[in-house]
Amino acid sequence: MFVCDGKEKELKAKELYEGITWRKYVLLISLAVTCVLTLIIDVTTGPARLSISEVFFTIISPDHSDPATQVIVWVIRLPIALMAISVGAALAIAGAEMQTILDNPLASPYTLGVSAGAGFGAALALVLGVGVIPHAATILVPVNAFFFSTLTCLLIFSISKIRGVSAETMVLAGIALLFLFNSLLALLEYLASEEELQAVVFWLFGSLQRTTWPKLGVAAAILLVITPLILRDAWKLTALRLGDEKARSLGINVEKLRLKTFMWISILAASAVCFVGTIGFIGLVGPHIARMLVGEDQRYFLPVSAFAGAVLLSAASTGSKLIIPGAIFPIGIITSFIGVPFFLSLILLKRRRLW
Amino acid sequence: MRLEIEDLRFGYGSEPVLKNIEILALPGEITAVIGPNAVGKTTLLKCIAGILKPEGSVLLDGKDMNKFKKEEITKYVSYLPQESSARAVLTVFEAVLLGRLHSLSWRVNDEALTLVSEVLEDLEIDDLASRYLNELSGGQKQMVSIAQSLVREPKILLLDEPTSSLDLQHQLEVLDLIRDVTVERGITTLIALHDLNLAARYADEFVVMHNGAVHASGKPASVLTPETVRYIYGVNATVYVDGNGIPQITPISSVRRETRANRSNKESKIS
Repeated sequence: MFVCDGKEKELKAKELYEGITWRKYVLLISLAVTCVLTLIIDVTTGPARLSISEVFFTIISPDHSDPATQVIVWVIRLPIALMAISVGAALAIAGAEMQTILDNPLASPYTLGVSAGAGFGAALALVLGVGVIPHAATILVPVNAFFFSTLTCLLIFSISKIRGVSAETMVLAGIALLFLFNSLLALLEYLASEEELQAVVFWLFGSLQRTTWPKLGVAAAILLVITPLILRDAWKLTALRLGDEKARSLGINVEKLRLKTFMWISILAASAVCFVGTIGFIGLVGPHIARMLVGEDQRYFLPVSAFAGAVLLSAASTGSKLIIPGAIFPIGIITSFIGVPFFLSLILLKRRRLW
Repeated sequence: MRLEIEDLRFGYGSEPVLKNIEILALPGEITAVIGPNAVGKTTLLKCIAGILKPEGSVLLDGKDMNKFKKEEITKYVSYLPQESSARAVLTVFEAVLLGRLHSLSWRVNDEALTLVSEVLEDLEIDDLASRYLNELSGGQKQMVSIAQSLVREPKILLLDEPTSSLDLQHQLEVLDLIRDVTVERGITTLIALHDLNLAARYADEFVVMHNGAVHASGKPASVLTPETVRYIYGVNATVYVDGNGIPQITPISSVRRETRANRSNKESKIS
């Protein structure tokens, strides 16, 4: 009788929990499928008209396809489309974890100065030709951008360490650095020649067009290494959202977790912005979309954030090719054009409070 | 698990907050820690929970807490803080599940799920299981926090003002449940409470704190006297001990207010 009762309770509990989680699974899989679809549409879109089947066939078996199509798909479009997925995912994960560890809905690589640091680094290379690695002109801009965005994170990290690693200190330090790097960037723009200024402004718009397979390889490798490292702490990060006090009472070393996660997302955000420039919206909105869809159990929140960011940037990449036929509009601008109405509609249609 | 606190001292910087604290709390008993605001009750509970590092010793079954592994302390000691951030977008079930953090792996095991379900039923909040925390009332959130503490199946349960945002019915229900689990599971429970009558009704032992030190300790009826209430809280009160030996206090007036009124009376007579 007792055993039967116990079994019954177990089944009931399982049913209850599965009722909560199945929807999240469905949403996660739907977003993953959407991500693949947007990728294919992105590769299909462009001045040379290719059908979906042609693109699909060329991706699956490049050796048996038309050489021109093969070059368009494999050399030009596919790395850019995959970069959009990789950078979108990286920015959204970085934003999601920044919002989690800093307990702040406005935290993102853009709002905390990581992108501003990258922008300054890139501008330094473009205007003065000053790089952290000398004699490496081709990689000067991304390396400089990476270096300065990581430096921003290191500064946030060091300042907050002095004051006991509280979320407030980290946010304030990030905002202060955002202003600092923006001022330094303005100074460089002031000093720059017309051509240099044009190059800086174009870099700051954000662009996927500079993508090459090796750059994509680096960005994707960092994403694939860092994401599981963050996911290892999924439960602890979920518990952190209950507040520092409660997280501590659950045995979490809050300061250590905050610093460790911040280190991972610093590398992730820096690797994303250094190749494509400052794309502001994804890191802020990707996590909010995920939060609306699946809540903050990090086992779902993190991958859904990544897919939401990837889908948004991939859709923006497609949009950037459609606005002016034959030309490519800066992706940083398109991202907000596509993302803002979508995001606002989600806010207005959703009844549940989000933060 | 027997909890002994010997000569416990703690301070923030050079400011001492806790001074020479001595407490003995036994399994199956509720010890109420009472005293006015800012007297060090929360700090004391945090020291026992291992969140703050005090001087002196906290012994669990005679073994110094410093000799336990961190995971063991997390497993044995459950602390429910007063502050409750409910901005997390988590369902009640997920939030309570986090109470089992020490034993959670990527895939949640059936045992943890059953425990959560049972605790939700015991607290009669199982109908809230799929609701999001940020949609709940203050009282409901408090119930979820209590569920989080109980689901850990602790040996030592530390509760900081667990009934502060609950209505009368829920206060009684929660404290009834805490008393039941304390007795049935042989838990050593320490509760910081402001409501003296509620504390007297449920606690086996009282620890009265004043200025960071233990002023008095013992059975509620022996500790909760008009003199203690006047000395600790500055309140004149009558204390009535009912047939079950439970003291019930009725506050009459604030000593400070009375003194002020007397002074102004005297002054007006003189003028």
